[in-house]
Amino acid sequence: MRDWLQPHRIILALIGVALVLWCATQMRWDWLPKYAPMMAEGIWRTVWLLVLSSLLGMALAIPLGLAQAAGPWVLAAPARAFCTVIRGTPLLLQIWLLYYGLGSLFPQFPWIRESDLWPILRQAWPYALLALTLSFAGYEGEVMRGAFRSVPRGQLEAARAMGMPRLKILTRIWLPQAVRNVLPTLGGETVLQMKATPLVATITVVEIYAVSSRVRQDTFIIYEPLLLLAVVYMALAGLIVLLFRWIERTGPQTRPAGR
Amino acid sequence: MKKTLAAALALGLMTGAAAAQDVVKVGIAAEPYPPFASQDASGAWVGWEVEMIGAICTAAGLTCEVTPVAWDGIIPALTAGQIDAIMASMSITEERMQTIDFSDKYYNTPTVVVGAKGVEMDATPEGLAGKIIGVQVSTVHQAYAEKYFAGTAAEIKTYQTQDEANQDLIAGRIDATQADSIALDAFLATAEGTACCEVKGAVADDPAILGLGVGVGLRKGEEELKAAFNKGIAGVLADGTYDKVTAGYFASSIYGN
Repeated sequence: MRDWLQPHRIILALIGVALVLWCATQMRWDWLPKYAPMMAEGIWRTVWLLVLSSLLGMALAIPLGLAQAAGPWVLAAPARAFCTVIRGTPLLLQIWLLYYGLGSLFPQFPWIRESDLWPILRQAWPYALLALTLSFAGYEGEVMRGAFRSVPRGQLEAARAMGMPRLKILTRIWLPQAVRNVLPTLGGETVLQMKATPLVATITVVEIYAVSSRVRQDTFIIYEPLLLLAVVYMALAGLIVLLFRWIERTGPQTRPAGR
Repeated sequence: MKKTLAAALALGLMTGAAAAQDVVKVGIAAEPYPPFASQDASGAWVGWEVEMIGAICTAAGLTCEVTPVAWDGIIPALTAGQIDAIMASMSITEERMQTIDFSDKYYNTPTVVVGAKGVEMDATPEGLAGKIIGVQVSTVHQAYAEKYFAGTAAEIKTYQTQDEANQDLIAGRIDATQADSIALDAFLATAEGTACCEVKGAVADDPAILGLGVGVGLRKGEEELKAAFNKGIAGVLADGTYDKVTAGYFASSIYGN
């Protein structure tokens, strides 16, 4: 508490409060009630796209990293190629290739158009989710490759000497240590993933960024929706950082002290 | 100061009135707006609106001279007396009516709904029930669709450009799109457009959203000239000249209902 009571901190805090008050009173917020439900929906869509694409992407990244770190070349080469292609092309391009490319191939086959899957395939969110998932998998596959390599070989050799089956070595020794080593990196990457989600607004997925553009285009108010958007993204980024800090703190501290 | 202004205004009105008797200078926008008005290779003005100026003036018994004026200065040019009438695809709006007067409309491109071939629908709220409609964001078409079709349609999707909506119509992600007939005619003229889609009909008019159409802009108080232009417009509509000129540029009538 005493830390907070130093003069420069108090002045900075007062300036911050004054700025917020100025924004709240001097800027135009009369559009807010009308668009609030739409914004809530947009935030929800951003959040579930982020959570699902990160989880699915991570599920893909683990085998991708493992294949590159320890797999035979038939697995390592395609995994490396995938990561290189995904990391070497803009995400916007991938989204458009999937939505306007792959997505417009489907309707050419009548049996797809008549199938029960068509009502889902004709929507935009599956392509958005797929593109975000593949992108996250590409980046994290590379992270996990390094993570698997960074686990000391002695640990694995000791486990093998104890007669542990290979799968058990992976799930008990190798993977937990690998993930733990790169947790800070993963937290940062998840924040980056969140900041990539506005790109899906270009394929008609109405997430929070699309809602803010809609407000701007409907009302010709420019700063207010964008400022609110910045606040929303900052709050989400803060939540992600807190979540990863909590995960880092709760698990066992496997890293030997002094390293 | 007030006196000079009044004098200048009176002078402007006088020259305007004088011009109405001999040569009527009809202002068009100096910026090309095909297919309504643009310059051909030799610099001559051609297009639907240019032809229509000739036809309407003939029917009204006026001698007209086409005068290109920069679009952003076209209303000041009219009020200052440099030109006597504006025929530059200028929509009749409340805002402009505070400064200038308008004749009857001479075109009002209909707003149409285009959908996939073989799918039963028309441009009414009932005809679009359960359908996904795509519109360009922040246009009169979005406003119209949200007012009339949101109740029955499955969803109204918005796009940054009409091209993206057309893409998704081809891909079957939306069932129909609503836009200006000229924009959609151009889309339907392409190979993909011809293959996939057709006009399902024009939407019912709502001037409060879709506007009042395009009329001849005139100085306030020039009732004689206004009556002459109205007579000319009625004349070309009645004797078939209007349809003949339109057929040279558009697939269907652009007079609107």
